[in-house]
Amino acid sequence: MSVYSHDFAYMDGERSASEVVRDVLPPQFSVVPAARARTLRRTWLDTFDWRLHQAGLTLECVTGRGPAELVLSGTGGERITALANGTRWPSLAAGLPRGELRDRLQGLTSVRALLPAAKAASTVSRFRLRNADDKTVAWLTVDHLHPAEPSAPDPPARLSVTAVRGYQGQADRIAQCLAAQPGVSPGTLPPLDAVLATMGRAPGQYTNKVDVDLSATMPARMALAAVLLRLLDTLEANVAGTIRDIDTEFLHDLRVAVRRTRTGLKLGADLLPEGVAAEYQPAFKWLGDLTTPTRDLDVHLMNFAADAAELTSASPADLEPFHDYLAERRAFEQRRLARALRSARFAALTASWRSALTGLTPPRQGPDAAHADARIIRHAHRRILTRGGAIDAGSPPEKLHDLRKRCKELRYALEFFASLHDPPTHRRVVRDLKGLQDCLGTYQDCEVQRHEIGAVAAELLASGGVSAETLLAMGDLAGHVGERERRARSEFSGRFAAFASRQAQARFEMLAAGARS
Amino acid sequence: MKIVATYNIKGGVGKTAAAVNLSHLAARDGLRVLLADLDPQAAASFLFRVRPRVKGGGTALIRGNRDLDKAIKGTDFEGLDLLPADFTFRNLDLILDATKKPTQRLARLLRPLRASYDVVFLDCPPGISLVSEAVLYAADLILTPIIPTTLSLRTLDQLTEFIGGLDGHRPALLAFCSMIDRRKRLHKEIAQRLPAERDDVAATAIPALSLIEQMAVLRSPVTASAPRSAAARGYADLWAEVRDRLCLPVPVPSGHVRS
Repeated sequence: MSVYSHDFAYMDGERSASEVVRDVLPPQFSVVPAARARTLRRTWLDTFDWRLHQAGLTLECVTGRGPAELVLSGTGGERITALANGTRWPSLAAGLPRGELRDRLQGLTSVRALLPAAKAASTVSRFRLRNADDKTVAWLTVDHLHPAEPSAPDPPARLSVTAVRGYQGQADRIAQCLAAQPGVSPGTLPPLDAVLATMGRAPGQYTNKVDVDLSATMPARMALAAVLLRLLDTLEANVAGTIRDIDTEFLHDLRVAVRRTRTGLKLGADLLPEGVAAEYQPAFKWLGDLTTPTRDLDVHLMNFAADAAELTSASPADLEPFHDYLAERRAFEQRRLARALRSARFAALTASWRSALTGLTPPRQGPDAAHADARIIRHAHRRILTRGGAIDAGSPPEKLHDLRKRCKELRYALEFFASLHDPPTHRRVVRDLKGLQDCLGTYQDCEVQRHEIGAVAAELLASGGVSAETLLAMGDLAGHVGERERRARSEFSGRFAAFASRQAQARFEMLAAGARS
Repeated sequence: MKIVATYNIKGGVGKTAAAVNLSHLAARDGLRVLLADLDPQAAASFLFRVRPRVKGGGTALIRGNRDLDKAIKGTDFEGLDLLPADFTFRNLDLILDATKKPTQRLARLLRPLRASYDVVFLDCPPGISLVSEAVLYAADLILTPIIPTTLSLRTLDQLTEFIGGLDGHRPALLAFCSMIDRRKRLHKEIAQRLPAERDDVAATAIPALSLIEQMAVLRSPVTASAPRSAAARGYADLWAEVRDRLCLPVPVPSGHVRS
């Protein structure tokens, strides 16, 4: 048989929460402190993109009188605890102490690190609510949260009346009396939400999606400006995490925001005032190029274990010098990237870009968002059909790499204007495109990786610091990567045929026609 | 779920005091504990300040008309619940007798609680009756307080013989010397000798102390009201022996304070 709690928020006035309860209790009840008030230090943790929150979970590191404890709780009543054992934040789930909690978190967070989302001290007092027999019939818990952020005010005290089993009726009566008191309001935000609210924030606010609400009739320039501003927000949100190298996804999201911006500048150049696209295209190319070496190495290192497991004639251990070499180079490239992101040039670029975007005004004449969208996506789509159709078995890799870029342009354009389309139609068109993109992506990634292995092998050989076993293992690895590359290349014609099929084109046409309505 | 019955054919030997204190200690160890007060005198219910009343009385409970789960009350101690006594429990023999397989009835009623509790203590009324047989069938361990006198030892032998003669399930028996008067030589001598001679007698003996009698005044287990007293230490030692016999986990000390 379950018991339930009544939760209240109480804005502290002249009377403390327990005094309020004492004053409102019917005469046969009394309030007795159950234990000394405890102060806990609470740190709520989540990934930067709120993966735990999206999954309905809350992770807390709680420090009281004993050792720090990690508590994972779910909206469905799930609760897993583990000792924190001195874990420092940020940390990947893989860095947590072994056990059920780590296992549960690893699948959810994947490559994203857990980092503090909010911190607060929590002073918890517990009282017994007793009946005329001095029998405890309910527990009153009063929780005062004090956010660690000095400028943040304390949220209202959190009161909870929880019945002892078999005494729900008496607890309900007490709760009813309490609810009628001034300053007491029923229901409370979850603690993390309450602490974030004092700082004007809410969980789940970050997303790497474009996620801008456009209207079909708004001037296309203002629609594009809204998209580009959103991309700038995403870019800036990821700078600190990229510099601190918290996890690989900060750089990934930053890089995608840059690439989307470049696509917006290219495909929407004529929607912006004259000279704007020409001024910022080279600046964002500089930024995009800066991110390439570190990201390429990230991809290589993330896939390393899986690639090494495929070796047939060598042992994964033989690849260790190669792995060390990649890791060393990645550390070097990361330092270079961090320096650039701290530079005056980068700061000036983002500041002037924001000012240019916020200063935009609607043109006297010009297309609305729906017309510009239709024109842009049709143009991008046509280019894929033309260039893809010209590729045959003898085409050089560059042709496929170029087609991959065109596909990305269409994909980004579809994302920019997603809010103008019917979601199911939009999803189907994206799915058609994604099939082709996946094949082209694998092909190019494998080609880059294979060349990289060759170049590194030559470099290691020249330096004389490499064993024959390592070189052979690298050759074995290159062979496997080359096999994947050939497979992707052979799949291309089928994938392209599916994308260019009459049915897929009809779906695209329906989407583009819808954009104008 | 382990079931421990505090039982003796004789009355006034410390069954309820043992059930109340041991159930409190078990809950303090982090186990989920239910104390079922089967004695119509309702002493355990009184000590935990719970009204000795069950809706529909013993008949509804035994016949299954009232869900056992719904009759359970929380005590003032976390992890420790109580099935209160009811005055109709004086007729439990008759009520059981009217059911099919009466000796198995109590075990059947307790079975659905397996997911909710780690240990169930049955505080039993004295005497040998159908209720006792149902208790012996349901319990994993019979915990029997004995006052160290010759007549009490005879009663223990009778009980051992009775359990030995049961068909099918036979619970383990653990007796312990209770209400030891240190001024009496015979008490001291039997309390020392008995555990050495018999495997079914605990090494721990519970002395006759006024603190234990005062439980009825304070309406609280002595292990809660005077946790450092000799009486509480005695019950803690006894609980450690019972825990070992039941192969229950020894609690891991943590930094967290239980209220």
